[in-house]
Amino acid sequence: MGRKLLLDKAHIEGIRYFDVYRKNGGYAAAEKALKSMSPDQVTEEVKKSGLRGRGGAGFPTGLKWSFLAKPEGVPRYLVCNADESEPGTFKDRYLMEFLPHLLIEGLLISSYALGANTTYIYIRGEYAWIPDILEAAIAEAHKNGFLGKNILGTGFDLEIYVQRGAGAYICGEETALIESLEGKRGNPRIKPPFPAVKGLYQCPTVVNNVETLAAIVPIINIGGDEYVKYGTGKSTGTKLISACGNLNKPGVYEIEMNISVEEFIYSDEYCGGIPNGKRLKACIPGGSSVPIVPANLLLTTAKGEKRMMTYESLNDGGFATGTMMGSGGFIVLDEDQCVVRHTLSLARFYHHESCGQCSPCREGTGWMEKVLKNIEHGKGKMSDIDLLWDIQRKIEGNTICPLGDAAAWPVAAAIRHFRDEFEWHVLNPDEAQRRNFGLAHYADPLPVAAAV
Amino acid sequence: MAVQFSEEKLNKVKEIIARYPDGKQKSALIPVLHLAQESFGGWLSADTMDYVAGLLRIEPIEVYEVATFYSMFNLQPVGKYLFEVCQTGPCMLRGSDDIIHYIKEKLGIKVGETTADGLFTLKTVECLGACGYAPMMQLGKFYKEHLTKEKVDQIIAECRAQANN
Ligand SMILES: Cc1cc2nc3c(=O)[nH]c(=O)nc-3n(C[C@H](O)[C@H](O)[C@H](O)COP(=O)(O)O)c2cc1C
Ligand code: SF4
Ligand code: FES
Repeated sequence: MGRKLLLDKAHIEGIRYFDVYRKNGGYAAAEKALKSMSPDQVTEEVKKSGLRGRGGAGFPTGLKWSFLAKPEGVPRYLVCNADESEPGTFKDRYLMEFLPHLLIEGLLISSYALGANTTYIYIRGEYAWIPDILEAAIAEAHKNGFLGKNILGTGFDLEIYVQRGAGAYICGEETALIESLEGKRGNPRIKPPFPAVKGLYQCPTVVNNVETLAAIVPIINIGGDEYVKYGTGKSTGTKLISACGNLNKPGVYEIEMNISVEEFIYSDEYCGGIPNGKRLKACIPGGSSVPIVPANLLLTTAKGEKRMMTYESLNDGGFATGTMMGSGGFIVLDEDQCVVRHTLSLARFYHHESCGQCSPCREGTGWMEKVLKNIEHGKGKMSDIDLLWDIQRKIEGNTICPLGDAAAWPVAAAIRHFRDEFEWHVLNPDEAQRRNFGLAHYADPLPVAAAV
Repeated sequence: MAVQFSEEKLNKVKEIIARYPDGKQKSALIPVLHLAQESFGGWLSADTMDYVAGLLRIEPIEVYEVATFYSMFNLQPVGKYLFEVCQTGPCMLRGSDDIIHYIKEKLGIKVGETTADGLFTLKTVECLGACGYAPMMQLGKFYKEHLTKEKVDQIIAECRAQANN
C-alpha cells in the first residue's frame, strides 16, 4: 500500500466536520505554525519539502512564495485556485467535498506565511454545491477560533471567502482568475508584472492550487525533510491523480510518486485495468493539455526504462516521446477509441474556451477544430494533416497565455504518434464513418517517433 | 414583472459586497449575477442586468461584458429543467454521445432547444470536472453522474412529477 498524506483520513465518517477533523489531529499543523514558527520559517519548511505546484505547471511552491513582494502598508492576498476545468481533472473537487477543513487549515498556514489577511477561494461556478460545504467549514473554523481576529492569541487575523466563477476554463489561468475575481471578463493579463508584484487589486498576490495548499498541512506536521522521503527525486511527496476514460476503477487516487504507470493502470490498488479485457491504446496522463502518448511509450520511455508516475519520468523524452504530469488528470483510451475523434473533441474544447484576445489562439483553435471535423467526417484531404501541423506550430509560443500552447500540444502529439490513423481516416472515409475508430496501436509497438 | 430582489436577497447582496475591500464592489458582480439568474427565471434579461448594475453602482455595459463572457449565464429564457450534458473527451470515451442522442430523441428537441411545454432545455457543455463518473450532466445545482438510458428516463420522470405538483 502506498503511503498517504492527504487522503489518509478521508474514510473517517464525519471528517467533513470540525469536531471530527480536530479529534483526528486536525489543526495541529496550524497551531504548530502559528505558535512556534515565524512566517519565514514556514516558507523555509515548504522550500525544504520540494513541493511543486499541483495546478499543472509544477513550479516549486516555496520559491514562488519567496517572490511575493512585501511593500509596507499594502495588503497582500492569497488566492486559492479551485477553478479545476482541465478535462480529465477532478481531484480538487474531491478534496473540497470530503476534506474541506484540510484546505482551510492549509489556507490558514499559507496565509500566515505570506502575511495575507484576506484569502479568496475561486471555485468554478459549476461546482455549485461545494461553496456551501466550504462556507459551513469556514463558519466552524471561525467559531473555534481558527479564523477571524487574533487567531490562537497570536495577533494574526484572517478571513476566507469563497467566490464562484461562471463557466470559463480560462479563469484557471492565474491572471484571468484575478480579473474574474475583480468582476471582469476572464482575459489573461500580459506578464510582467507578475501577480507576486501586482495581482489582485494591483496588490502582491500568490495564486496556488487547492491540492498545493492542502499539502502544506502534512508538510508542517511532519516537516519538510520528512516530506522529501515520500516520492522520488524532484517529485517529492504524494500526488492526487484523477483517473478516467476506459478504466475499471476510475476515480481519485493519492499516489506516492514512486510507482510505475503500469502499476497505476493495472494494479487492483489503483485503476484495476481496462474493462472487458480490452487493450491499452493511448493515454493523456496529465489533463487534456499534455501530449497524448501511445501505449508503448506510456509504459516504457524511449530509452527502454519503465515509465514512472513522477514529473521527471513522465516528461522523459520531452515532447517527442514523453508527456507531462500536468494536473494529474489521467485519461485512458482503450483499443476501440478513435484518436482523431478524441482530438477533435479536445480541439473543440479549446476553441470554445479561448478568450479571444490573441489572434493565433482565437483563429487557430477554430481552424484546427474545422480541419479535424472534416477529417473525422470523411471530408479530409491528406494535405489537411500538414495544415493541422502548420496551424498548431503557429499558435505555440505566440500568445499571451499558455492556453494557446495547451491547445496546440494535443494536436501536435496526436499527429506525431498517430499520423497513420489520420491518414486512414482520409483514405477510408466511409469506413471511418461506420466504425469510428482507426488503426489500433496496441498490437505492434510503434517505432519511436523522431523529434519533429 | 419589475426586477427587484427580496429583502432577504438584498441582505445577501450586502453580505457579498462586504467580502471585498471598499470601492471594489465590482468584485461582487459574478456572485450577484448568479443570485439574479436563480431569482428571475433562470436567465438574465436586459432589465435584470441593468438592475444588477444599479445595485453595484457600475455601468450596465460592465455587466453585459461579463454576462456574455461566462457560459453559465443564460441570455435567453430556458426551460424549467436545464440538462447540461458534458461532451468533452473523457465523457465521450464513456458514451456521452449516446446519452445526448437519447435525450434528443426522448424529448424531441435538438441541442439548444426547449420543449414546447417549457419544461426541458438541452445544452451540451464542456468538461465539468466529473470525468471519472462519466457520462454526466448538470441539472440545476447538482450533478447527475454515471448516466444510462434508464437513469435518463428516471430523471425526466422525476422532473415531470415535480413540475406537476
Ligand atoms: C488555461 C489555463 C488553465 C488553468 N487552469 C487551472 C486550474 O483549473 N486550476 C489550477 O490550479 N491551475 C490552473 N492553471 C495554472 C495556474 O495558472 C497557476 O499556475 C496555478 O494555479 C498555480 O498554482 P500551483 O503553483 O499551486 O500549481 C491553468 C493555467 C492555464 C494556462
Ligand atoms: S492564448 Fe488564447 S486564451 Fe490565452 S490570452 Fe490569448 S486568446 Fe486568450
Ligand atoms: S469530460 Fe465530462 S466531466 Fe470531464
